[in-house]
Amino acid sequence: MATIFVPTPLRKVTGGEGKIRIRAATVQQAIDSANAVYPGFRERVLDGDGEIKRFINVFVNGVDVRKLQGRATPVRENDEVAVIPAMAGGN
Amino acid sequence: MLGFTNDQIYRYSRHIILPDVGGAGQKKLLRAKVLLVGAGGLGSPSAMYLAAAGVGTLGIVEFDRVDLSNLQRQLLHRTQDVGRLKIDSAQDTLNALNPDVKVVKHQVVLDSTNIMEIIKDYDIVVNGTDNFPTRYLVNDACVFAGKPLVDGSIFMFEGQATVYDAAHGGPCYRCLFPTPPPPGEVPSCQEAGVLGVLPGIIGSIQAIETIKLILGKGDSLKGRLLLFDALAMEFREMRVEKDPHCPVCGEDPTITELIDYEQFCGVAFPEKPATAQDAEMVPA
Repeated sequence: MATIFVPTPLRKVTGGEGKIRIRAATVQQAIDSANAVYPGFRERVLDGDGEIKRFINVFVNGVDVRKLQGRATPVRENDEVAVIPAMAGGN
Repeated sequence: MLGFTNDQIYRYSRHIILPDVGGAGQKKLLRAKVLLVGAGGLGSPSAMYLAAAGVGTLGIVEFDRVDLSNLQRQLLHRTQDVGRLKIDSAQDTLNALNPDVKVVKHQVVLDSTNIMEIIKDYDIVVNGTDNFPTRYLVNDACVFAGKPLVDGSIFMFEGQATVYDAAHGGPCYRCLFPTPPPPGEVPSCQEAGVLGVLPGIIGSIQAIETIKLILGKGDSLKGRLLLFDALAMEFREMRVEKDPHCPVCGEDPTITELIDYEQFCGVAFPEKPATAQDAEMVPA
């Protein structure tokens, strides 16, 4: 099992859960697995073309998947997939 | 001793005895010029710790007035300051804390016509703004001016902090987030709420990073995005690298001049979005 770290803005979709345990071999499968449990998750992360939205970065164990193999980046046992959106608040 | 007054030697004694600061480091702090964008949630702890540390010149960009609802987290301001300009309230608080600090007030709304003139006199910019258009403006201006940008942002129980320094091999904001979220997905910070202590953590981290940059000590957050989840009480670290294709700091930049947010986002940035529904995707 791997873990998806869900940022606060997406927790509305996950019923408040900040971490989701999923079985997945790739980032795409991780997103699909999360979506199976929490419908709407995928469309929060991926755009209409199925690509990761440009104002969201997905990291596997702290490394941006765009520097790896994108959505095909392997996810292994105990890996953490973090979905990180831009945040603008400061006030 | 290095031109300190007796009071300064005593005031900064806990710095001066630190091997990585010392008298020479304290002098660097006293000579440093730091610009804080915003005197709100993040700007309050940053400004207060930088002032206490003896950073000699603190510029503050802020046009807003103190509102009662600010006081849950914005420690620069007090109940008696409600209705005053934040910049005046901030100056009073900082000078009461440390009269060594010269506070320079910039009571303006930052835009493409004034930002370069404002930031040119400062060594480091600390970002405590609360909206995407200003974040992109400040980032691009810092890239053009070659200034390090100590960045922080907060949302509900979660915060982010990093150091952007494109002039010295680091990434910039657009390396991570080349384009802003569509206007419909950009909420304002007032709607979702924020734990009052949270900006205290993130703003203090920004103050630490600023002091490290001034001293030239330690490993900065350049190239690392620090995430803080207060509910889980967890810190995470993501590696962020300079993007050679970055539209502003990359090898073949497509953005070569500043962009004002109305043009940038297509619509004027809403002060108060209609519903909390707007705030579900991307925090502001």
